[in-house]
Amino acid sequence: MSFDLNFIGILIGAIMASSVPLILAASGELITERSGVLNLGVEGMMIIGAISGFALMVVTDNLFFAVIGSMFSGLIISLIFGLLTQSLLTNHVATGLALTIFGIGMSAMIGKNFVGIPGKEFPLLFLSLKESIPFVGPIFFGHSIILYFAFGLPFLTNYFLKKTKTGLIIRAVGDSPTSASNQGINVTLVRYSCILYGGAMCGLAGAYLSLIYTPQWIENMTGGRGWIALALVVFATWSPIKVLIGALIFGGITILQLHMQAVGLRIPVQLLSALPYIMTIIVLVVISRDSRKIKLNTPTSLGQIFYKEK
Amino acid sequence: MEVQLIKIEKRNDVSRSIYFLTPVLAIFLTLFGGGIIFFILGFNPIEALKFFFITPISDLYGLSELLIKATPLCLIAIGLSFCFKSNNWNIGAEGQLIFGGVVGGGVALLFYNHDGFYVLPIIILSGAIGGMLFAMIPAILKTYFNTNEILVSLMLVYVAKLLLDYLVVGPWSNPEGFNFPETRQFSESARMPILFDGLRIHAGIFITLITVFLSWLILYKTYLGFQIKVSGFSLKTAKYAGFKGKTMIIIVFMISGACAGLAGVGEITGPIGQLHRNISPDYGFTAIIVAFLGRLNPVGIIFASLIVALTYLGAETAQIFLQVPKYTGQVFQGMILFFLLGSDYLLFFKIKFLGLKKNEL
Repeated sequence: MSFDLNFIGILIGAIMASSVPLILAASGELITERSGVLNLGVEGMMIIGAISGFALMVVTDNLFFAVIGSMFSGLIISLIFGLLTQSLLTNHVATGLALTIFGIGMSAMIGKNFVGIPGKEFPLLFLSLKESIPFVGPIFFGHSIILYFAFGLPFLTNYFLKKTKTGLIIRAVGDSPTSASNQGINVTLVRYSCILYGGAMCGLAGAYLSLIYTPQWIENMTGGRGWIALALVVFATWSPIKVLIGALIFGGITILQLHMQAVGLRIPVQLLSALPYIMTIIVLVVISRDSRKIKLNTPTSLGQIFYKEK
Repeated sequence: MEVQLIKIEKRNDVSRSIYFLTPVLAIFLTLFGGGIIFFILGFNPIEALKFFFITPISDLYGLSELLIKATPLCLIAIGLSFCFKSNNWNIGAEGQLIFGGVVGGGVALLFYNHDGFYVLPIIILSGAIGGMLFAMIPAILKTYFNTNEILVSLMLVYVAKLLLDYLVVGPWSNPEGFNFPETRQFSESARMPILFDGLRIHAGIFITLITVFLSWLILYKTYLGFQIKVSGFSLKTAKYAGFKGKTMIIIVFMISGACAGLAGVGEITGPIGQLHRNISPDYGFTAIIVAFLGRLNPVGIIFASLIVALTYLGAETAQIFLQVPKYTGQVFQGMILFFLLGSDYLLFFKIKFLGLKKNEL
C-alpha cells in the first residue's frame, strides 16, 4: 500500500461520505432537542427514509422524487411521535423507543419486495475536477449534491439558532417552555415543527444510505447509525458546528476500521468501534459535572412534558 | 358561532380500573392496526392474524417456546420496573443482559469439562453480578456526576455488544470451531436443566418466578419499596421526607442490572448453550415495552411478557407461512407501545361530550 497524497485525499473523501448520514440526522435531532423534545426514534425515522427513498426510486425511476419522498416519509413518521408526545402528552423516551422499534419493523415489511434490486447511479458533481487535481480533487469534488448540502447544514443551523428570531424562539421553548408560553409563544406548535423538521432530516439521512452510500435496500441497513447520531448531539453539547466535527470523527473511525482490517493491524477493530461511544460518555460526564456548564449547553426542559391548562 | 362539542378536563384522581384496562384496549387496537397493515399488504387480515397469534401456540411445543421467550422478557421488565417506578430511565438493559451473559459465559468456559452441582449456580450468580456492575456505571455517573442516565445506559449497550463481538471472534472463540464467531458449547454441568423431554423449556423460568415474587415483596412490603414509590411520585416529596436519593438510585439500577444479567445468563446456559454474536434478539429493549404494558406491576408484567413473547413467535410463524420478514414482530411491538402510551391520555384527562343544547342551535 502506498501512502501517496492522492490516496490520503481519497481516504478523506470516503470519511466525508460516511459522515453525511450522521450530520444530517444529528443536525435534525439537534433542532428537535433544542426545542426541548428528546426523540429517540432517529434510527426508526432513518430506516423509514431509507426504504421509502429506495422504493420511490424503483417505482418512479426518478431520483428527485425519491429524495423528496424520503424526507416526506420521515416527516410523516415523526408526526406519530409529535401527536403522541405533544397532543397526548406521552413520555418522550418510551414513545421514541416505540418509534424506532416500529420503524425497523415497518421498513422491513415495506422493503420485502425491494430486496436484491440494484440501485440507480446517483449523479456526482465535478467528476472531472476530482480526477484532474491530486489530493484536493478527491476531497472537494466528485460528491453527490446531498453531501455538499450536509456539510453546509451545520453552519446554516448554527446561524439559524443564534441569529434568527425563529432560532431564538426555539431555544426559548427548549430552555423554559413556561416562560415562553407566558410570552405568547405557542410551545406545542414550535415543538411540533421541530419534531417534523427532525423527521425530514432523518428521512434524508436514510435516503443517502439507500440511494448513494450503498445503493440498495437491505433490512436494518441503518445499522445503529441513528443511535450514533443521537450520541453525536450530546457529544457536540448541542452545538451544530461540533456536530460536524463529531460526525467526521465517527465517520473517520468507520473508514479507518475498514482499512485496518485490510492492513491487518493488531488493535481490535471492536475497540476502535467502541471508542466513539466511550468518548461520548466521557464528554457527557465532563459537561454534566459542572452544573453551570450543563445549563449553558443542554436545553433545560429536554424530554419534559409541557402541558398548558386551557 | 363556535360551539364546543368536546371538552377536555384534567382528572383529579386516576381510576384504578381504567389504569389496568387501557393495556387491554391497547392490545385490541394493535390487533386492529395489524389487521389493517396486513390488509394493505394484500393478505387476508383474519388469516394473517391467526398465523401470527394463534398458530404459534396451538401445540405443547409452541407453548414451551412462548415460555422460553417470556422468561427473559419478564425478568428484565421486572428489574426495569424498579428503575421506572422511581423515575430512573435505564434503557440499557440490553447491554446489561449482554454483559451478564459475557461474565456468566466466561465463567462457564472456565469450568469447561468440570462436573459438579456447584458449576451452574456459580455461573448464574456471576452473570447476575456482571449485569449489576454494568448497570452501576450509569447509576454512579448519574448520582455523582449528574450525567443523563438515558444516554449513558444506551451508549453502554454498544460497548457491551462490541465486547461480546471481540471475545467470540478473538480470545474466546472455539479452538476447534473453524473460526466461526462463537465459543465452545458449554459442558452439561453448565446448562440449565430441561424440564420436559422433547421441549426446550428450562429451569430458568423458576428464576424468573422467584424474582417476580421477591420484587413484589420488595416493592410493596419494604421501606425501600416505599421510597421507590414516593420518589416516582415526586422527587421533592422524597427529599422532604429525608430519603437518601443517591443510595436508592444506585440500588434500583443494581436490581435492574442483576435481573438483566440473569436473563442473559439464562439465555446462554438455556436455549443457546454457548456465546455467539446474537445472544439476544433485543430482549433488553423489548422488555421496556413489557414493563410499560404490565403497568410496572409484577403480576401485570407476567401477562405482558407472555403477550410480547407471542409477537416474537408470531413473527417467526408468519415468516414461514406468509413470507413476511421476521421484523414484522417489531411492528406489533411498536404499535402496542404507541397505543398504550396514547390511551394513557384517558387516565389523566376526561373527555366530556357536551352535545348541542337547543338554544345554541
